[in-house]
Amino acid sequence: MITALRKEFLLQWRTRAQAVAVFVFGATALLLFSFAIGPNAAALRQHAAGFLWLGLLLSSTLTLSETFHAEMENRALEGLLLLPVSPRALYYGKAVANALQLILLGIALVPVMVVLYDAGTTRIPMLLVVIALGAAGISAPGTLYSAMTSQARAKQTLLPLLLFPLIVPVLLASVKATSLIILGDPMGQAQAWISLLLAFNGIYWSLCGLLFDRVVED
Amino acid sequence: MLPNERFPKLPYALLALGVLCLLAGSYLGLFVAPPEHFMGQVQRIMYVHVPTAWNDMLAFTFAFFSAVIFLFKSDFKWDARMEAAIEVGILFAFLLCCQGAIWAKPTWGVWWDWDPRLTTTAVLLFAFAGILALRRFVDDPVKRGVWSAVATIIAYVDVPIVYFSVRWWNSLHQVQSSPSTVSSQFYLPLRLNAFGVLFLMTAFIMLRARIASRRLASELVPPPADLAGELA
Repeated sequence: MITALRKEFLLQWRTRAQAVAVFVFGATALLLFSFAIGPNAAALRQHAAGFLWLGLLLSSTLTLSETFHAEMENRALEGLLLLPVSPRALYYGKAVANALQLILLGIALVPVMVVLYDAGTTRIPMLLVVIALGAAGISAPGTLYSAMTSQARAKQTLLPLLLFPLIVPVLLASVKATSLIILGDPMGQAQAWISLLLAFNGIYWSLCGLLFDRVVED
Repeated sequence: MLPNERFPKLPYALLALGVLCLLAGSYLGLFVAPPEHFMGQVQRIMYVHVPTAWNDMLAFTFAFFSAVIFLFKSDFKWDARMEAAIEVGILFAFLLCCQGAIWAKPTWGVWWDWDPRLTTTAVLLFAFAGILALRRFVDDPVKRGVWSAVATIIAYVDVPIVYFSVRWWNSLHQVQSSPSTVSSQFYLPLRLNAFGVLFLMTAFIMLRARIASRRLASELVPPPADLAGELA
């Protein structure tokens, strides 16, 4: 699995222009969301968390759909599957790489959010935890679906179509937790949302790992 | 022999039975049962809404089990059943959203409300519609079956999580009705309609599975020899 992870990082480092492009896409989305609300500072601050996660979610379809791009060329996926390793290692390597990429993207988008929406916070460690859990929750099913849709027709449409309804709980919990962190959390509710994210991650990281074998086998 | 065709007349008998039950139940619900004390006539939509909701969950549960069995046994009979159950489940979920909106407007004053059950139904509708789209875009029958089975399992596991997350987020819906929570005058039409919808749903799933397995059989059969000769 570590080898699979290293391969992913190497690939991502060699195509870092892609990561920059995705970041620019996410930042543009954040800029556009503010036009939907209008120049109302209070309302923008109120909705900042939702915009951040929608921006991250939209950008995630770009990174996730590229996950199996390299493997589709020259039938490299078949070659990888012939290696004496479990396909599960391949899945977890890719999913962890995707999660880390999304976490970095999320961290990079936070300053954009702070500047555009005036939504700063001092509870940085909490915010990092939420971003990490939310990104992991998007990546686990996202990587599995990407394995299917990269081999199907109309892949660009299919991935969000399958993924978006599924991660409604992740989106809800991340938005709620982030907005509690930004706007203040007098009742200590953020903990509950973080445990929901933990539960979602626990379920999908194990379930998708189990099912991945069947998706890539011939 | 194609699967699902041992009793060719059975779905039609179930259809007739379902229509009869629905007619009787709806007659009792619309004309015999008294209007509800607080909600008045509007409440009568419960006689179709609640049975649709029960059977919708049943359809998706059947799709989930078909998916699991298909992954273990690779028998295309279960692939056809899964496709049928998903399609009927989507239809019922759509009906649920419509009935819910019709009921919500006079009761809550809005067409749509972000209540856990309503939202979960909408999410289910889109999640399973995505799986049907996936089936359209994959040409290889084996891959199509396995992938949609995997996606069905993943989407089904999501249902309780969506439900609880939306419930924490916002809640307004009525407490669920069941024959034990409603008075006996409401009880009979509710139960009759529940069986009526159940029979209709079973018949729809059987007929739809039949179409699916016939389509699959035609995909797997090689083209006729003379056509193959022409192509070569």
